[in-house]
Amino acid sequence: MTESVLNRLQTLAAAAKYDVSCSSSGTVRRNNGAGVGNTVGGIGICHSFADDGRCIALLKVMLTNRCIYDCAYCINRRTNDIPRATLSVSELVEITMEFYRRNYIEGLFLSSGVVRNPDYTMERLVQVAADLRQKHRFNGYIHLKSIPGASQELVRRAGLYADRMSVNIEIPNEPSLKYLAPEKSHRSVFEPMGYIRAGVLENKEDRQRLRHVPRFVPAGQSTQMIVGASPDTDRDILRLSSALYATPTMRRVYYSGYVAVNTYDTRLPALKQPPLVREHRLYQADWLMRFYGFNADEIADEGNPLLDLEIDPKLSWALRNPQLFPVDVNRADYETILRVPGIGVKSAALIIEARRFRRLNSDHLKKIGVVMKRARYFITCAELATRCITDVSPEYVRRALTSTATPEQLILKFLS
Amino acid sequence: MTYIFDSSFEGLLCCVFNAFSRHEQPGLLQRHDAPRSLFHDELNVITDGEQSDRVWNALMLKLSPGELNALTTSFLCEDPGFDTSLFRLICRIFTDGAACMRDFSSPDTLAMLQNARRVNAEAHRVLQFMRFQKAADGTYFGMMEPAYDVMPQAVEHFRDRFSDSRFIIYDRSRQYGYSYADGSLRRIRLPDAENFADGRLPDKIADADEKLFQKLWHTYFKAIAIPERRNPRKQCQDMPRRFWKYLTEKNFTR
Repeated sequence: MTESVLNRLQTLAAAAKYDVSCSSSGTVRRNNGAGVGNTVGGIGICHSFADDGRCIALLKVMLTNRCIYDCAYCINRRTNDIPRATLSVSELVEITMEFYRRNYIEGLFLSSGVVRNPDYTMERLVQVAADLRQKHRFNGYIHLKSIPGASQELVRRAGLYADRMSVNIEIPNEPSLKYLAPEKSHRSVFEPMGYIRAGVLENKEDRQRLRHVPRFVPAGQSTQMIVGASPDTDRDILRLSSALYATPTMRRVYYSGYVAVNTYDTRLPALKQPPLVREHRLYQADWLMRFYGFNADEIADEGNPLLDLEIDPKLSWALRNPQLFPVDVNRADYETILRVPGIGVKSAALIIEARRFRRLNSDHLKKIGVVMKRARYFITCAELATRCITDVSPEYVRRALTSTATPEQLILKFLS
Repeated sequence: MTYIFDSSFEGLLCCVFNAFSRHEQPGLLQRHDAPRSLFHDELNVITDGEQSDRVWNALMLKLSPGELNALTTSFLCEDPGFDTSLFRLICRIFTDGAACMRDFSSPDTLAMLQNARRVNAEAHRVLQFMRFQKAADGTYFGMMEPAYDVMPQAVEHFRDRFSDSRFIIYDRSRQYGYSYADGSLRRIRLPDAENFADGRLPDKIADADEKLFQKLWHTYFKAIAIPERRNPRKQCQDMPRRFWKYLTEKNFTR
């Protein structure tokens, strides 16, 4: 461990930072004195938050940032003149263990540029995971990137050590991908995804027969799409996400607002700022699909292929469907209450429990945690009805919720 | 009627016992060190293990483990105004049945839920932001100042995770901590450690490589941020400033 490691770690962390995933969730494994470390499941543990506000749960690093590919959107493309570095397997294993012991991280998120050929690269990633698990009896979280084009045999071996594996789609439409990354295709992405899925499903069957079969990628797989580097619409992105979530092992799809790293490449849009609001709206839409029972077509339909940047996708959906409101919080079922803007998963569950005891009024709802500023246009409760969306118009509600002035002031102005 | 109790959870359970045995409903519970009101009748409730056990055993028959846990956790929020609320809720469990634990439109139940969430969130932050430094003898030492008394909850996590090593976690504001070595856990006080500046191990007892790994971590922390996305507000929201003093990546000096 010397200064040279310090410089290389700096280079390789900077090279890995555009990968969004860092979650340590999806699997619970107690230590039981078998070595060092455990995984807690639930929402995972984020150990720090970087200056850009993103969480640091895993040591997110590349084994090398040398790459034989030349993808337009990637900082590590072979034609870029940037410092290149490589960590040896033993160096990376030591850093991981020392960081973990100091409670800096939950584990390792390892990825790599492709050197020589996909199998050679994948082999080295697997070696790191194997050393951690076997030599150091490391029980913490390991997230491995599956290198596109690596053989099924290597993916199988990786899956025995990793908690989660991922292959990044990056560009949601095949023609756009071909345009920006001529050496890649959707096949090179979906094939390794299929290997992981097949491995998990087989493993599930084996474990039903024999309890002690080691688990294969217990936390499933994730993927990532770049937002704003290609002309694809939010509808394309969300439809692909929802198709992925329908497959049995996909746990998370991440969205990464494109940061203009290769400004000289004319195939890419010239963005001054990464599209952060759009990225945020996509995550909100993703949550709606995973926890609120929405499907992709409701969130972004053919008439509105792009998400509204001014208001969140749930409110936007409600304004397009005023005929479904008001919802009576004292009678409606959980799924219906969940669709009201201003009511989240937690408050919906509390409402269902609380209304068994008495009819709820707006004061109760407010204390439970409902955002009444938004919800009041969409609900009725044990009080005289206020201005509901069907009394006023969707345009009025939209104006009231986006302008800085409160609606009461607007009404007064109108009367005077 | 005002009940005065000794600020412990057992004391609060004894208040419940007294309320039922004396057939009265006190309007207020006060901690023994709180300023007294002149205009109320007072009863000084003496904490009795037998009484509190009876109440606790009765609660165990009525509530699920999760609900019991929520009751004790919420008490750790150390908010004196909440004592009366929790007392009323426990009495209500006996009069109205366990269902009242889910009556979230009642202020008492809601306060219990919210305080339990608050304390659990703080315990989670200890798991997030505890930073260990390696001492020359191989012990890992970590110090923090959490807002609530959550070390007993947090230590179970570290005991499972680092069961093969020796470590110390310390709550500086409450002046106690836990030391774990060779499979056994002890509650300790370390008057010397309370003088460590920012909880940092003095160089003479720190491991030779400790500084290097702190530097590596600090370098990593700086390198992983994307400058185009700088967002200090989000950083402060998720990692409140009150923890920064003890965070290696934030207080690192060369």
